[in-house]
Amino acid sequence: MDPKNAQGKHLSLEASAGYDRKTIDYIQNAAAHGLYEIRGLGAKRALPHFDDLLFLGASLSRYPLEGYRERCVTKTILGTRFASKPVELDIPITIAGMSFGALSANVKESLGRAATAVGTSTTTGDGGMTNEERESSKILVYQCLPSRYGFNPDDLRRADAIEVVIGQGAKPGGGGMLLGQKINPRVAKMRTLPEGVDQRSASRHPDWTGPDDLTIKIQELREITNWEKPIYVKVGATRTFNDVKLAVHAGADVVVVDGMQGGTAATQTCFIENVGIPTLAAVRQAVDALEDLDMIGKVQLIVSGGIRSGADVAKALAMGADAVAIGQGILFALGCNSETYVQGGEHHSALADYEKLGTAPGFCHNCHTGKCPVGVTTQDPILEKRLEPDVGSKRVRNYLKTVNMELTTIARACGKQNVHHLEREDLVALTVEAAAMARIPLAGTQWIPGQEYGQR
Amino acid sequence: MSEITVDLAGKPVREVNRLLHAPLNGVTTVNVLNPDGAHNIAVGVNEAVKVEIHGNAGYYAGGMNKFADIVIHGSAGTGVGENMMSGSIRVKGFASNAAGASAHGGLLVIEGDAGLRCAVSLKGADIVVDGNVGSFSAFMAQAGRLVVCGDAGDALGDSLYEAVLYVKGKIKSLGADAQEEPMTEADFTGLAELLAKAGLKHDPKSFKRIASARSLYHWNADADQEY
Amino acid sequence: MCGIVGLLVKKPELRPQLGSLMVPMLIGMTERGPDSAGLAVFGTPVHEAHRKINLYSGMTEAGADFNWHGLAHSIRDEFGTVAEIVTSGNHAILTVGSAPAPIKHWIHEHHPKLHILSTGRSMDLYKDIGTPTEVSDRYDFSHLQGTHLVGHTRMATESAVTPDRAHPFTAGEDFCLVHNGSLSNPNGIRRMLEPRGIHFDTDNDTEAACRFLEWRLREGDSLENALQKGFDELDGFFTFLMGTKDELALIRDPFACKPAVVAETDDYVAIASEFRSLAHLPDIKNAHVFEPAPEEMYVWRT
Repeated sequence: MDPKNAQGKHLSLEASAGYDRKTIDYIQNAAAHGLYEIRGLGAKRALPHFDDLLFLGASLSRYPLEGYRERCVTKTILGTRFASKPVELDIPITIAGMSFGALSANVKESLGRAATAVGTSTTTGDGGMTNEERESSKILVYQCLPSRYGFNPDDLRRADAIEVVIGQGAKPGGGGMLLGQKINPRVAKMRTLPEGVDQRSASRHPDWTGPDDLTIKIQELREITNWEKPIYVKVGATRTFNDVKLAVHAGADVVVVDGMQGGTAATQTCFIENVGIPTLAAVRQAVDALEDLDMIGKVQLIVSGGIRSGADVAKALAMGADAVAIGQGILFALGCNSETYVQGGEHHSALADYEKLGTAPGFCHNCHTGKCPVGVTTQDPILEKRLEPDVGSKRVRNYLKTVNMELTTIARACGKQNVHHLEREDLVALTVEAAAMARIPLAGTQWIPGQEYGQR
Repeated sequence: MSEITVDLAGKPVREVNRLLHAPLNGVTTVNVLNPDGAHNIAVGVNEAVKVEIHGNAGYYAGGMNKFADIVIHGSAGTGVGENMMSGSIRVKGFASNAAGASAHGGLLVIEGDAGLRCAVSLKGADIVVDGNVGSFSAFMAQAGRLVVCGDAGDALGDSLYEAVLYVKGKIKSLGADAQEEPMTEADFTGLAELLAKAGLKHDPKSFKRIASARSLYHWNADADQEY
Repeated sequence: MCGIVGLLVKKPELRPQLGSLMVPMLIGMTERGPDSAGLAVFGTPVHEAHRKINLYSGMTEAGADFNWHGLAHSIRDEFGTVAEIVTSGNHAILTVGSAPAPIKHWIHEHHPKLHILSTGRSMDLYKDIGTPTEVSDRYDFSHLQGTHLVGHTRMATESAVTPDRAHPFTAGEDFCLVHNGSLSNPNGIRRMLEPRGIHFDTDNDTEAACRFLEWRLREGDSLENALQKGFDELDGFFTFLMGTKDELALIRDPFACKPAVVAETDDYVAIASEFRSLAHLPDIKNAHVFEPAPEEMYVWRT
């Protein structure tokens, strides 16, 4: 590649790291519109993550299990602290909270069916509980968010667990957002909003602030549901050590920690990329907090934010999580950023619609527009038909099955009969940042930055 | 017509809630004695029963109420009637912050003053306050009505959606996107009915109507980040 | 994250009962604050030339077996002054007959792990880790006497659960502060104050507020003016309850998210985060019960 101009002179194309094309576009967009950019999905910047950790498989000092013949248990129980009916999952991989409104009703139904097929749970989102979701999901977690859209005692009573949401990884400190084009009649009615407005969500709960009042709120939810259902507390990862301790003090049965890689259907880009800490750092802090309070095994930990594969799940469990939640991975499984969609048994190209949005498959993050080319994050009556529940549920089921198989493959290779026996001593780190954040030694050494050599 | 009494002195609130959530078998009124500021009294009730709380209630009294008629013969803590769906709650004394937060239906009457953020995130219920309401009342109120027979504090109706507020006394300041509008015949009639239901004698003609200017409904309006 | 309580008795006959009236209030706040508890009690001032220094030995190696009498003896020798000591396990009240500053300095040099809780003529201060019930029993709070007190139960939000981070915090003499809420700019405040000679013991956000007020009072502001400046400079959510030798003062931030209830009769004024803590007080049914408005200063004098 040696570009030259018409006169045969070499073109000087020296890029700037700080003022690259992306940054120049951002500034010029701001100059043109006077508005921040809003988009969907999670942080796109490179971050220290589970990719920077590796497993120490069996050899002479540890013995592996046979891949297909020897048992590797994946059963996971959440909410043993106070609830009389804890949640029992077949696999430690759950579907994260995503709203009806952000996603179409077809998608919510697909998720429910897939989760039921593999024996795990789904979670409602900022839009409340739909009948499709409740009927198709064997285990459904009901979120209680600052907005309280559609929140009601009947849905509370028919949920299997309750998740009090303080924040999410994509925007800890911010509230939900749904733009007018996705507020169709059904969404509007469920959220008690006029159709077509741009939804402004509260960032704080209306009737409590702080862990001392959260304690009373959790008691209220327990009293209403007669102490039967586990109550999760979800935080976006920031001061995770303190937050997890406070959630435990406030009475949580399960703590859900969502790292900055976690996705959203719509938020300011600057928020997504600059607020919150990586999931890797957050897991370590959360586990430290639980160990400090002697709550390991009593209060369970669910980790989310950039969980993509069985390897990620295995690493999260090895670091001390009891389960993970997947959001974006599920969307990609459904077809998000795919070149085609399946309708009427046939593949159709979606390329033209990506182009109309000014993007291409593999790069799209336009969930906020409601014009999802493959019918996932849309309320448009034509576009939503591009995601058929039969197809969607099969895809998600396949994805979850695959992830679970990868998880057990790795666990067996480390000699574990139960995926929950994975431990942090099974891991080493590839980079100094990952070693420091996860407090796991650099591969081939005993060194953890910041610790006495050889100390964990 | 059968009444039972529960004495909460030295007992967990589980006693009264368990009773209220179980089949009532013809019991029409449940009296609660010595509440002494306990939290979560009569939450999640799902029956058309009368609940009389004889004393002061703590947080979330009558939270997520459906069908029940609850009377608190005293004051109520934070979040009285939060997320109520139907039925009614009457507070004889004053109510603390976030009274009627996110309530979808039914009627909440506060005979004394209400604290800050009364009717925050309101979603369709009617709230009538005979006294004053504190600052940030009706913040992000989406639907329903708030009637204030006394004065209102700062930032009344900030970020209002479609809920309508009626205020008789002084308003310290209006919130972003809240504006005073002329009262219509429908307002007068509706307000008269509501005040009668609440058992309060005020002349509807002495109230102001506050509603959303709807200028924050679309993001373009935020472009200058004026608030 | 916390529960606060305050009690001021208006009639001298009630002073002997101050402690017994308060203990159920403090215990009522256990759920809000299970980690640690503390209180500052104000009573008859000692002689003008004398000062009381309250000390805590819980962080020394000897702990509750600290040699208090040895300490009093050494101070008598060193400073040639009255030095009497009243002890209760890991807590002691040292009364001295000369300026407290050099004595405190000496204590700091010779017993660095001994924590100085407070200085003053009228105020005694207790705080420790443990539930409110444990702390009350440990120091026999129910037998405390005085005109008014400020108490606190803590659920730590950001700084650690250690005795020195429990509330109340003090500044200068006969001044203390308890806080329910969370300040969002405590570090900036600390960095602003340290170069001005204000010394910090902990990284606790409440201490930042207390030291800010200490600074303003040192600069000659009245308590009212100091608090007004506090509204401008301190960011976050807070209900502050303060005690001086003859006053209780209460303020809430403009959002008033953290709760506070006041009950007043002819005999007393009682303040707590929740009504639950006031329910047992005598004649509460006829008390004037109200919630303080945000941004207003409430002051009750003995």
